[in-house]
Amino acid sequence: MATGLESQGAVAFGSAAAAEIGRIRQRYPTALAALIPTLFVAQREFGWLSDDVLELVARTLGVPATKVRSTATFYTMLKKEPVGRFHVQICKNISCYLRNSDEVTRAWEDELGIACGESTDDGHFTLSEVECLAACGRAPVVQVNEDYHEWQTAGTTHDLASKLKAEANSKGGRS
Amino acid sequence: MSVSLPPLPGESAPAPALREVKLYDFLLRDKHGKDYRDIAVYRGAGGYEAVKKALAVGPDVVVAEMKKASVRGRGGAGFPAGVKWGFLPKDTTKPKYLVVNADEGEPGTFKDNYFLSNDPHRLIEGCIICMLSLSVGTCYIYIRGEFFNQIATVDKAIQQAYKAGFLGENAAGSGRRLDMYVHTGAGAYICGEETALLESLEGKPGQPRLKPPFPAVVGAFGCPTVINNVETLATVPLIVEKGADWFLSLGIERDGGSRLVGLSGHVKRPGLYEVGVGVTLREMIYGPGGGILDNRKLKAVIPGGSSCPVLTADEIDIPMTVDAMMKAGTMLGTCGIIVIAEGTCLVQSLARISHFYAHESCGQCTPCREGTGWMARVLDDLEHGRGQMRDIDMLVDVADQIGGNTICALGDAAALPVQSFVKKFRAEFEAHVKHGGCPLAGHPLPRWTKG
Repeated sequence: MATGLESQGAVAFGSAAAAEIGRIRQRYPTALAALIPTLFVAQREFGWLSDDVLELVARTLGVPATKVRSTATFYTMLKKEPVGRFHVQICKNISCYLRNSDEVTRAWEDELGIACGESTDDGHFTLSEVECLAACGRAPVVQVNEDYHEWQTAGTTHDLASKLKAEANSKGGRS
Repeated sequence: MSVSLPPLPGESAPAPALREVKLYDFLLRDKHGKDYRDIAVYRGAGGYEAVKKALAVGPDVVVAEMKKASVRGRGGAGFPAGVKWGFLPKDTTKPKYLVVNADEGEPGTFKDNYFLSNDPHRLIEGCIICMLSLSVGTCYIYIRGEFFNQIATVDKAIQQAYKAGFLGENAAGSGRRLDMYVHTGAGAYICGEETALLESLEGKPGQPRLKPPFPAVVGAFGCPTVINNVETLATVPLIVEKGADWFLSLGIERDGGSRLVGLSGHVKRPGLYEVGVGVTLREMIYGPGGGILDNRKLKAVIPGGSSCPVLTADEIDIPMTVDAMMKAGTMLGTCGIIVIAEGTCLVQSLARISHFYAHESCGQCTPCREGTGWMARVLDDLEHGRGQMRDIDMLVDVADQIGGNTICALGDAAALPVQSFVKKFRAEFEAHVKHGGCPLAGHPLPRWTKG
């Protein structure tokens, strides 16, 4: 797990992100309620949530930095360490397990040459096992960034991994 | 090497003749071939007419119909939704809120996903009727963060509803302003617990609140709040349109309507089905589910999401109603049936469930924070040959000390599977100790046992 001590240096929101945060703020009676949606905007902008980014969010919303940190560290989707360009998340819970999700996990580990919880050296892939993704009727399920991939097997894993690798190589990884 | 397990209670149970399960398409409209995400298509099929009817008959009639329809909350607890609506104080100067629980994440449950992905206006229309009936001005739809695409779909549908005049100033000609927003979760199962969800909505860690006060009195931002599940609200337009008597006729007394049942695990046709309340587990598994995968024998069934006590193969002739399931010592939960075939290791299956609750415990109450981790580690020990006979009793002892000793129901949800698996399949746990690990032939050892 990250210590959260890594620095991203001086950070600032661009004008589009600042405007989006302004709109988010208007939906709620308190500034704190806008925190989680704002952290998602920050994560999209900067890739992950370093201490510098958390400080920026606290200043932007006018809420105490301790509260920002308290919330940011509670939720698994708020990333306290850098994540690869493609975040491959394999459900390991009961319904996926019964449909051989372990085989899918092994196939991904073999494809990428890393274990779950690790990232590839080129920064293209992070591999994680996650808890229920609420698509149990089409198990096993793998989420890559925003998209679900259902009915996964070792065979579909090879096809999907090849496609993503080609895409990563054509566009370059996150620096 | 493998050893054979002792025969299990369900193995020789003869299957009784099955009634045919009638599948409905009132809620589950995926076979219609229409894109109900588009408000024009939705309205073309009679959508948003129920809002007009609700305004015409008035709030008292709507709430009375909801109570009469006996909609048991579809989020898992099964509390009558109409009664819950009635708890909201009428004479308050504070703003009132409707919060939709779309934080679906109990393993085995994938029904709300359907409405969010394919029929968001059904949910929105139900919310509008609720808001008009209870004088609520603002609604937040709390959707789990992993549902990126569903969040976009619901957001787009909300914008369409604003444009069509069902939200915003003088919503649906009611003379009142209604606002609706999507709020995204960030990956925490506990936020499906209603008071944790409120904490999360307010920007805090999702740690459940002590009750009372109940959310109807002190909810979101300290104000009176109704919290309903997605499917519960999606049934509201149907009840208003067709009436409580019609709705009741689909289900049984005190448990009205049709509802979405999910089948996952070892069935031939996993997926989502809409059936009348009262169909039995066996009818679901061998009817719409098509029977057990590879024609294997049935070993165990978890009836309504991973927190519900497990049933053996000869305990599945139970009608799927809140009360009948409770009487049988388990829970209807979310109607997410998890089917486990013969040849599956139940210690490993339970370990998956226990690791889930250990991961998702919010850490607030000591019995749950510590106990869930202990149970997961003891199960790993049993599975991998490090277990002793006394560990089995320790497992149950830990579970007994969690149940009932925590602020919220997650502690019970973690304890119930452990207690029921050991009680009903103890021989298999003992076989793991005798054999020095998992005795099931060909069972793959997973790599992720770090805990």
